[in-house]
Amino acid sequence: MDATQLPGAGVVTATAETDLIRARDIASTVVDPEIPVLSVADLGILRDVEVRDGRVTVTITPTYSGCPAMRQIEHDLKTALGDAGFADVEVRMVHSPAWSSEWITPEGRRRLASFGIAPPGPLGEVLCPRCASGSPRMVARFGSTACKALMVCTACGEPFDFFKEF
Amino acid sequence: MPPVLPSANGDRLVFLLACADDNLVLAQRLGEWISNAPELEEDIALGNIALDHLGVARALYTHAGEVEGLGRTEDDLAMRRSERDFMSALLVEQPNGDFAQTMVRSLFFDTHQVELWSDLSDSDDATLAGIAARALKEARYHLRHSSAWVIRLGDGTEESHRRAQEAVDALWRYTADLFEGGADGHRDQWQKTIEEVLDEARLTIPEDPYQRSGGRRGFHSEHLGHLLAEMQWMQRSYPGLEW
Repeated sequence: MDATQLPGAGVVTATAETDLIRARDIASTVVDPEIPVLSVADLGILRDVEVRDGRVTVTITPTYSGCPAMRQIEHDLKTALGDAGFADVEVRMVHSPAWSSEWITPEGRRRLASFGIAPPGPLGEVLCPRCASGSPRMVARFGSTACKALMVCTACGEPFDFFKEF
Repeated sequence: MPPVLPSANGDRLVFLLACADDNLVLAQRLGEWISNAPELEEDIALGNIALDHLGVARALYTHAGEVEGLGRTEDDLAMRRSERDFMSALLVEQPNGDFAQTMVRSLFFDTHQVELWSDLSDSDDATLAGIAARALKEARYHLRHSSAWVIRLGDGTEESHRRAQEAVDALWRYTADLFEGGADGHRDQWQKTIEEVLDEARLTIPEDPYQRSGGRRGFHSEHLGHLLAEMQWMQRSYPGLEW
């Protein structure tokens, strides 16, 4: 008898597919601990999710070299998938091609702005997340995290973080 | 110009380690400024830059461990090698001195890193190319910071000018190491950038051509041993310790 005709074979395949969809969904919802409105999918660092023989392999690309959140994200991915019943989870870090802030999704950009962080814009445009004025002043090139600079809006006076073009 | 990235595995390992050591040692030095910088923004900037250097070092050590193939991890390579095994340039281990000295040291190093990473961004080694592409963007950002400070100090008050010139005079002799081990071709472009910044800062390169080197061969000044003793103490006392 052919292996695919064994009782339950079709069910196994369907389960494998469901597992992959579930694993992808769960991995996508893990958030950046520094910017909790942004999921790893929105941030553009989630590169691949694979399920093979019950083992989940999640591939991510680090943002800034000095981003301490990467270790936490790795841990959170393992925990989230573990809680959903995936006991064997590997998180692989792939450096090439290098991440770029262009990989942040349109949804991610909207979420950043609603959180009070100006997203990197086309042609270096920086809009105040409060009044949308486009004339901010740079206060400090190095902000509260590796990915941000500190700005102040010259129109409404709001100080805000800017997610740097990278 | 000789090939920047050696193809033989052993040479490639040495090259990766030298690049990683440079970044680790400078990260440690810049970290010493945290809570001591002249202003809050600078405290944060130096902490951020130190973290970038540390991140580059970690990625390079991990990759070096893979190239070596003996199972050594980033921690083994960073924390379990002795002073004689470190191949970092003499420049990066030099003490912070005053703020001018720290900024001049970073100017010399950041300019070198911009050259190095732009070359390696299209390396055949995909992992290294990825690390380089990311490090290049960061190095450019760091260079903007260090060159802006050197210009502000050099073209500032009489006191800041004097200190900045003293820093250039003191550190110039340690720059030869940066161009040993396959990266010699970069010295001209490097010096051109440095001269542009120093001109604008009203600073001059010392006439004395004396250069001290040896870092790439493991011959260091008295400063590296102290730095490593402090940095490696925990892993040496409690081998294999993890958070």
